[in-house]
Amino acid sequence: MPSNGIRDRVAIVGMGCTRFGEHWDRGANELLVEAALEACRSAKIEREAIDAYWMGTLTSGRSGLLLSEPLKTGYRPITRVENFCATGSEAIRNAAYAVACGAYDLVMAIGVEKLKDSGYSGLASAGGTPTDGTQSSMTAPATFSLLAPAYAKKYGLDPATLRRVLTRIAYKNHANGARNPKAQYQREVPEATIENAPKVAGMLGVFDCSGVSDGASAAILCRSEDAHKYTDNPLLIKALSFIAGPADGAKRQDYDYTTFPEVVASAADAYAQAGVRNARDEISLAEVHDCFTPTELVLMEDLGFSTRGTAWRDTLDGRFEIGGAQPVNPDGGLKSFGHPIGASGLRMMYEMWLQFRGEAGPRQVEAPKLGLTHNLGGAPGRCVSFVSVVGAN
Amino acid sequence: MAGILRYGSYVPYCRLQRARLEGGGRGERAIANFDEDATSLAVEAGREAMRGSAPAPATLLFASTSHAYAEKLNAAGVHAALDLPPEARLVDLASSSGAGVAALGLASAIGTGGPSLVCCADMVVGAPMGAREAMGGDAACAFLVGDSEGAAAQILGSGSHAEELLDVWRGPEQQFARQWEERFAQQRLVPALVSALERCLAESGLAPSDLKRVAVDSGHRKVGGLFARAAGLRPDQLADDLSGSVGRAGAAHAGLLLAGLLDSAEPGDNLAVLSASDGAGALIVQATERIGDHRPAHSVADWIQSKRADVAYETYLKWREILPFEPPRRPDPPRPAAPPMRRSERWKYAFVGSRCRSCGTVNLPPQVVCVQCGAVDSMDDVPYADATARVATYTVDHLAYSLQPPVVAAVIDYDQGGRFACELADVDPKKVEIGQELEMTFRRLYTADGVRNYFWKARPRR
Repeated sequence: MPSNGIRDRVAIVGMGCTRFGEHWDRGANELLVEAALEACRSAKIEREAIDAYWMGTLTSGRSGLLLSEPLKTGYRPITRVENFCATGSEAIRNAAYAVACGAYDLVMAIGVEKLKDSGYSGLASAGGTPTDGTQSSMTAPATFSLLAPAYAKKYGLDPATLRRVLTRIAYKNHANGARNPKAQYQREVPEATIENAPKVAGMLGVFDCSGVSDGASAAILCRSEDAHKYTDNPLLIKALSFIAGPADGAKRQDYDYTTFPEVVASAADAYAQAGVRNARDEISLAEVHDCFTPTELVLMEDLGFSTRGTAWRDTLDGRFEIGGAQPVNPDGGLKSFGHPIGASGLRMMYEMWLQFRGEAGPRQVEAPKLGLTHNLGGAPGRCVSFVSVVGAN
Repeated sequence: MAGILRYGSYVPYCRLQRARLEGGGRGERAIANFDEDATSLAVEAGREAMRGSAPAPATLLFASTSHAYAEKLNAAGVHAALDLPPEARLVDLASSSGAGVAALGLASAIGTGGPSLVCCADMVVGAPMGAREAMGGDAACAFLVGDSEGAAAQILGSGSHAEELLDVWRGPEQQFARQWEERFAQQRLVPALVSALERCLAESGLAPSDLKRVAVDSGHRKVGGLFARAAGLRPDQLADDLSGSVGRAGAAHAGLLLAGLLDSAEPGDNLAVLSASDGAGALIVQATERIGDHRPAHSVADWIQSKRADVAYETYLKWREILPFEPPRRPDPPRPAAPPMRRSERWKYAFVGSRCRSCGTVNLPPQVVCVQCGAVDSMDDVPYADATARVATYTVDHLAYSLQPPVVAAVIDYDQGGRFACELADVDPKKVEIGQELEMTFRRLYTADGVRNYFWKARPRR
């Protein structure tokens, strides 16, 4: 993988995040302004200090004007970023490169999504590009539901055990969300409720799916040598990797729906940039793209947290719970924090920001060394993947 | 002399039990699934007829009373799905159940101008609780008619008897056809049939007793028997009219009966088929010694046996959009766009993929750069509509937009190589399994802004 990385050259010095959820009374405008101004307050700057912006959204608007108009940013460069559900992480990555190369000194990455105006539950994006009408009609839960039976078959899990594993993932992330005042869902959900929920696709029930929500999140970045102008506790970027795969899972018979090769590749790239040799031992905590429960299961193996065929056991053993050896999605994840698409990658980073500054309250992971965020867009066999590694030193 | 070179039939998978209808009745009728229409039915029958080494037709005649488009050439969709050459003449024949036999007569009259493919398909939708709803049927048939040299059957004669008769009618503003008092048409149609048969026999040089089997298609129950008596036919010459198993399938019905006779014909058998509708039409064919070589993969009896018999009446009304229903809680799909459809015509309509010249990998849909070896612009077209596949993995999608949720979506691996993800048709969500054997079927995925969006699905092998 020909990436050089920008290890420790860029720092995050301020962040903001709205509560995620059904904001019937606020539009993308208001959500963007709230997240941006909270980030500015956190970095103790006025918004005029920001030289340039990278703003991510999948469907809530187009062009930099979506941000400049409500925030009154004056005459400044704003780049609109889109890369499926990894959009928010792409905003961070591009903003980081801009300060790393010296083009700007202080920039903002911001992401927003206003999903609840569509009139449909679930993710409903009307395709804008004219097509020949032959495209797959499979919904997101349907595509990700393909992981579950494939995983069970490959590793000899009986359906009841697999169900228990998925339920445990949903239970954990809801329990974590219950400790998070900004999460969409802040209640623990009994395992029986998760298990007996109405089916959406395959063996996935309603509680196996992430929350569809509105929200925004923002980060302020500068070169590391400038970080202490803004904060005593900056978050250092160790690695940023992004992969767009060949989208051939439904074209080649050798893809078996138990892995995301794009995640494996982006993790390997990120670990090389960050000097991580053993992710299971060296990554203290992670925010990963748990869009559906089987996704989190497979990601644990693709990211190297568990060896192949063992993530289900690690899950049942509690390894990924707060207080476990390697907490995953301590903020509740997409599952209970919610998934306003353009904001999710930044929301993951927001949890790292809190955790590495010791501000995560009842979710605080003890003395983290390295944190990882993982953001996915697309579907098994046809996706993009982002991995970052961050730390305090 | 003209002959039938190849033929095929298609009866959709679903049945409606007449006992479940108001007024009861015996037997069942075939009903097209929610994702089928006259065009897709015609394509399925056409594929049966054109499989293997059938010569390309110079003319395509598409007869139906339920064409999917009132304006826009329906035969063009069939032509594209069958991947026929562009020089073919395309004609829609419509507005009478007699159009099927008329198309066959026309095709035999065209004679030496190159083979003609006659596709007949119909979906007979009657007003709820009425006789037409109960007794109608949905089916299709196809005949490749050309020079009789090497044909499966020779066309010995064809005859017509024209008559301006108010029997069944439906204006463009009417959803359902109406019918005049039955006894009137019965008494007019029987002599018309006799007259058409006589003309046909004269042309063939045959007597009524030379006919091994005679199939009569009529919308009136008693016409077949009355005609047989009037024409001097023995009861054992009269073939089953499939009213108990398929129902009367409009413009496709006479041809379906003929296909059924050809399925079991022996060389030398003389077969007559007649249709009584807006007058009468007749055709007499003689099976040749090549009949056994040119039979389709599925006989009419095969199709009739392969079925799902438990479709609820309300479900049927919903499929035909007679009963308003709660729409899917998803955005309506956008209408497909004309230029991209034109660009991908052979993929979308005929399911033609590409095979890499460098590594042999089948790419579905066709690619410029090989998905396996990366070779650029090194592809040959590969028709894949007849490829067989197995379920690699699948899911039951309760959220996807469909007239009949849940959608069963599968990733399928072809026995001949290549993989594709598509919907499954004619499938019970509870009975799908990995490794299940599949074949491709041409369907109407949805209609948006009046545009019928056709593409391929996979179905359990029938």
